[in-house]
Amino acid sequence: MSTPAAALAQIGKSVFVKGELSGSEDLYVDGQVEGSIALKGNSLTVGPNGQVKASVDAKGVVVQGKLEGNIQASDRVDLRKSAIVTGDISAQRISIEEGAFLKGKVDIHRIDTK
Amino acid sequence: MSSVSQNFMKFFRGSSGPETIPAQGSQKLTRRSSGLGELSRSWESAESLCVLDLGSTSPTNIRHFTEHGHRIYSEDLLTASTDPELLTKDEQGSAVLDSRKFLADNLVYPAAHFDFILCWNLPDYLDESLVKPVVGRLWSVLKPGGMLLAFFHTRDAGPDSPCHRFHIVGADTLEMQKIVLRREARRGPTGAVHTAISDGFQLQRVFNNRHIENLFRDFASIKFFLARDNVREVLVVR
Repeated sequence: MSTPAAALAQIGKSVFVKGELSGSEDLYVDGQVEGSIALKGNSLTVGPNGQVKASVDAKGVVVQGKLEGNIQASDRVDLRKSAIVTGDISAQRISIEEGAFLKGKVDIHRIDTK
Repeated sequence: MSSVSQNFMKFFRGSSGPETIPAQGSQKLTRRSSGLGELSRSWESAESLCVLDLGSTSPTNIRHFTEHGHRIYSEDLLTASTDPELLTKDEQGSAVLDSRKFLADNLVYPAAHFDFILCWNLPDYLDESLVKPVVGRLWSVLKPGGMLLAFFHTRDAGPDSPCHRFHIVGADTLEMQKIVLRREARRGPTGAVHTAISDGFQLQRVFNNRHIENLFRDFASIKFFLARDNVREVLVVR
């Protein structure tokens, strides 16, 4: 019997979570989350139906839906064209598609790797 | 010029209140900007600047400043001014926008926070009831010696001058993109999804030089640059 591929943790469209979310795997949110999300070393994706009102601390963040809160990413933040983000972003790299909406600060901090 | 209530009716017909988001992708035009050129000379030799961009979210502008090690704040005030909850009545019963609520929700920053503010064409298209309060707030969040760039149409531009968004593509070069507002898709009574495209923001007024000087009277200095495309560029220093 083959080992199943590692599953991506998901919060579906109809799910509402309020509180502190933390984990050591990637997370896909297409529902509603309020509170905080801590995924150091892993990635958060807010799907097109996702509505997140939380501070986010992750390695990488991809936003396709709504996110209200500050984003702290140790690597990269991607705002897709349907993203609506209200909050400050701190990351090593950022990519913003035409059409994305951002109200907040962008602060890029590059880490020298030697 | 359009009244406040006419503008809101244009954006918010229907039972639900869709969000108004500037649509992407109309043709881009390039223009040289003397005001931008002067600003560029100031910020190119500086480090860790704090810049406020009051136009539509521009990936180009964000990349321009972050690549040079600066922090950039993006806040689309024109879109924010279309919030239906701002609509109220003055003492005469006329529809106006609630400037106190607007400033409670927008431009909330510490005093003397920004080195540069890019106003673009905001004062020309912003509702009358918000212009002076917004300029007053911008004065307070700009650092002493900080600079603000704004564009004003001349009377020759005509009342139907389209509202553009601006992308910095060179030291003194901008790309202009006409703003076309698009309502979010909504379901109609039959269940079909409709997406309506409405006109962009309308020119609210034409400032003359005296009006502009009066608007920025609390600033230490003001400089005008007249461009060939019937736009007056104004650079003010706090």
